[in-house]
Amino acid sequence: MTELVDSTNSSESYTMTESAVPNISAGDGPLKMTTRNVDVFYGDKQAINGVSIDVTMDNVTAFIGPSGCGKSTFLRCLNRMNDTIPIAKVTGEITLEGEDIYAAKMDVVQLRARVGMVFQKPNPFPKSIYDNIAYGPRIHGLATSKDELDNIVETSLQRAGLWREVQDRLQDSGTALSGGQQQRLCIARAIAVDPEVILMDEPCSALDPIATAKIEELIHELRGKYAIVIVTHNMQQAARVSQRTAFFHLGTLVEYGVTSDIFTNPTQEKTRDYITGRYG
Amino acid sequence: MANTGTEHTVKAFDTDINELRGMVAEIGGRSEQAIAKAMRALEKHDLKLAAEVVAEDKIIDELEKRIDELTFQTIALRAPMADDLRELIATFKISGVVERIGDYAKNIAKRVPVIAGTHKLGPASLLPSMSNIASELVRDSLEAFARRDADLALEVSERDQIVDDFYTSIFRSVITYMIENPKDIGEAAHLLFIAKNLERIGDHATNVAEMVYFAARGEPMPERDRGENPTDLLEEPSNGK
Repeated sequence: MTELVDSTNSSESYTMTESAVPNISAGDGPLKMTTRNVDVFYGDKQAINGVSIDVTMDNVTAFIGPSGCGKSTFLRCLNRMNDTIPIAKVTGEITLEGEDIYAAKMDVVQLRARVGMVFQKPNPFPKSIYDNIAYGPRIHGLATSKDELDNIVETSLQRAGLWREVQDRLQDSGTALSGGQQQRLCIARAIAVDPEVILMDEPCSALDPIATAKIEELIHELRGKYAIVIVTHNMQQAARVSQRTAFFHLGTLVEYGVTSDIFTNPTQEKTRDYITGRYG
Repeated sequence: MANTGTEHTVKAFDTDINELRGMVAEIGGRSEQAIAKAMRALEKHDLKLAAEVVAEDKIIDELEKRIDELTFQTIALRAPMADDLRELIATFKISGVVERIGDYAKNIAKRVPVIAGTHKLGPASLLPSMSNIASELVRDSLEAFARRDADLALEVSERDQIVDDFYTSIFRSVITYMIENPKDIGEAAHLLFIAKNLERIGDHATNVAEMVYFAARGEPMPERDRGENPTDLLEEPSNGK
């Protein structure tokens, strides 16, 4: 079932990661993305070592692990954000709906619309709230009329839980919003192009607990509408928002399983040491 | 993944856990001692010793409160995960169970004044042996907690059957004794309650063992076959009915 795209993969990492793929059951929803034996190199340095993971529609998947473990690097492979780093090389297989996203015929702009991303620091465009949301649908030609565009903007802001707070000031600058509102604006912006997957790279690390709670509630509401993958340093957050958790350590996937199992009874000592605060 | 006792990055967390483990050892030791003292008071008809057991139960109650407070505090402040979380939940439950063991010992001590001479009754001769086994179970279940030893916990649970068998045997002989000696029915009834208390102490030691097993292994202890118990008044419905 797994093809070795890159012959440099060691058989050891192949075996370990293969066993780390949890069984997909009916409650998980359809399979959205799969990765098999993914390696990432920055020049000579190997940052990710043979990672195989399945991302399903109805689960929020959390990536946890210490700084430098490769979780963000791996997340960025899922919509080819690593393409922007000249020395980065990705091998192995990553599919979206069965399609190889690293295939030559893959339109990367289109891919990033299908697999949206929200970053650690809110990064609204220095434009109005309306234009922040309308930008994507405009360049992707998703709206044929002003009414249609208005509708996309309103729906996206509603889904991101921001509509009621900004409906009377859509022409204000996006950067004038609070940090938490800006982050929800970025989520609305990702939603506006009707993605299938949303990647979130530490979306709450710059936010206060109330704004964080709003984002977590939002993730809960978006679950099932989009496949969501979140990288977080906050383990309680991973435990709260996700149904599947992957623990990364030194570029390898140590353990991937049902979130409640990972946090109550992990099978790997490294996972245990990390989540209980014994990590050296 | 069992707790190996390796240190946390935040040392204060280890300090809290160690303090809790120390208090569990103390409450366990005091309860075990309370059983031994109560039984000695019963055998020697020593009212002073019995009063001591009753008075010392307050220390056990106080310890339970302190364990619960520190467990709450640790959970709230440290947000424990995995084996740490399991151990803290186990600690919280164990303190309650061990406090109950103390109550049973106190209950035995309270019966000492009203059963003068009962130690001469035939069926009473089995009580010291029964209490030795029950105390042993309490001691071993807490030893299993201290060592995070799931195998010892499992063994404790299996040995509880011996206490149950003692109870069954005493129950039958006390009933026979009552029929034959109607004038001693009151005292014999107290004797029966004491045997029941010891039987419950064995059950509670098993509860402690179950918590220890769960904390160590992350899964519930396998159910043991309890065998036939003639003192069970109601049959448990079998599966599927």
